[in-house]
Amino acid sequence: MAQGIFVITEQRGGTFRKVSFEALSEGRRLADAKNAPLAAIVCGSGVEDTAAALEKYGPDRILVADDASLADYTTDAYTNVIAKAVQSEDPELILIGASITGKDLSARLAARLDAGLAMDCVGIRLEGDDFIFTRPMYGGKVIADVKINGTPKLAAIRPNVMAIAEAPRSSAVEKIDAEAGEVKTRIVEWKLESTDKVELTEADIVVSGGRGTGGDFSAIEALADALGGAVGASRTAVDEGWRPHSDQVGQTGKVVSPNLYVACGISGAIQHLAGMSTSKVIVAINKDPEAPIFSKADYGVVGDLAQVVPAMTEEVKKLK
Amino acid sequence: MEIVVLVKQVPDTESLIQIAGDGVSIKTEDLKWVMNPYDEFAVEEALRIKEAQGGTVTILSMGPAKTVETIRTALAMGADKGIHINDPAAEGSDALATAKILAAALKEMPYDLIIAGMRAVDGDNYQVAPAVAELLGIPQITQVIQEEITGDTIRCTQVVEGGAAVIEAKLPVLFTAQRGLNEPRYASLPGIMKAKKKPLDTKTLADLGVDAATVGAQNQKVQITALNPPPARQAITMIEGDDPQTLAVNLVKKLHEEAKVL
Repeated sequence: MAQGIFVITEQRGGTFRKVSFEALSEGRRLADAKNAPLAAIVCGSGVEDTAAALEKYGPDRILVADDASLADYTTDAYTNVIAKAVQSEDPELILIGASITGKDLSARLAARLDAGLAMDCVGIRLEGDDFIFTRPMYGGKVIADVKINGTPKLAAIRPNVMAIAEAPRSSAVEKIDAEAGEVKTRIVEWKLESTDKVELTEADIVVSGGRGTGGDFSAIEALADALGGAVGASRTAVDEGWRPHSDQVGQTGKVVSPNLYVACGISGAIQHLAGMSTSKVIVAINKDPEAPIFSKADYGVVGDLAQVVPAMTEEVKKLK
Repeated sequence: MEIVVLVKQVPDTESLIQIAGDGVSIKTEDLKWVMNPYDEFAVEEALRIKEAQGGTVTILSMGPAKTVETIRTALAMGADKGIHINDPAAEGSDALATAKILAAALKEMPYDLIIAGMRAVDGDNYQVAPAVAELLGIPQITQVIQEEITGDTIRCTQVVEGGAAVIEAKLPVLFTAQRGLNEPRYASLPGIMKAKKKPLDTKTLADLGVDAATVGAQNQKVQITALNPPPARQAITMIEGDDPQTLAVNLVKKLHEEAKVL
């Protein structure tokens, strides 16, 4: 019978994604509740020391697939290696972070294993012996409880939602078969931006601007900088060409769940709300007291963002 | 170049979604149905490739009778023909079962390139397209914002956290369209007129050789047990103050002392 929990971690250049720690912490919590073993999988090249550092989050075992052919993520190689590990270990549940890579990999892996996958989960709980996965649908307009029939059960967890909890133990580090198999894609080039830029989907704080900025994002950027956060944008701001597509928050953009979301000059179209509604604290700053964004916010400021936001930036600097 | 675009009809993103009486589905009566926005990018890219290289663009979609409207929209944009999989036994199929049905249809068709939206904005699963690629044994490149085909090789720019990766593969390939790939065209009036005469085949599961007992609502691996509205937020606290400075001071104070997020 399938037993135990696997967590597929994600690292690039020896640095794990934060969501991998979230997945491991969630895996530890569920493994304790089920009295089941927890194993972390790490794929990469020269990652044995990196992998050992995962001990902090409490896996019983750390399975390392270490090979030059796994240095960069490719769908084929990672699916081949992980599917083999799953087939030999037969876990009941597999957790993975729903990053862009995690989405790419989990969907392919689920099809390979003929298994059910709950994508972008914001919660997992046990009802008796059954896992119930909570996931937004329709861009967060509805929250679904789903169960997965059969094993293994795959769940990709939304970044920034589940808590990281340290639970150090001395994990057994084991090498596993790292044979990449046939790989039909080739990475020609990485085009990575400077690493000090906070990734929107992983940021603890997001400051977003919309039509009300009139295209001037300097105040938004200054506040985001002061807060150590990332800049987001409404669809209007992107359609107007004020911000790149990669900044768009909403049902047809990125979904974010920061601790603090500051919506500046954003009216709150339903498709925008869908992209940020799982943020922990939402602040709306808008000239129009009737703007729908106020119905979804925790704190509201009726005012001109061009004046309120710079004043806020100064106040934030005083806190530091 | 034989290009197949996987298209889904979904509720318009401006729609209010309401939970139906059964607690596990949504009310569909008052919804406006449109082509999944990411699929519009997929159709547009297919048309641009065809215009540059020649070939045929086929739209493949599964869904009830009204799905025909969305296929016709793609034909009006300029696609050549459509295949509509319509079978009550397929209704309620989860992502993987949907992929099995689409893959069965694709196995009977020529294709060099398959393009799909990177996700459908109803189920938000991000799953069907990669699962189709797996079932067909071809490479997938997801979340693509730029592509270039030279001979039998496609080079795609894929969005990743913190930047992009340039990935190359030999055709046949499946890639999924991310916002930024292109600006989809609108269907012209002559396009709409022409679309009415373009071939649109309807297929059942039996036509595709898919065993109905492996798909549909009764065979979900991922099964919805409840739908709930998003958790309600506490009533909003409006920040008081007569000038921007005071508003900002009071807001930051609340965020620091009450919400404890600063």
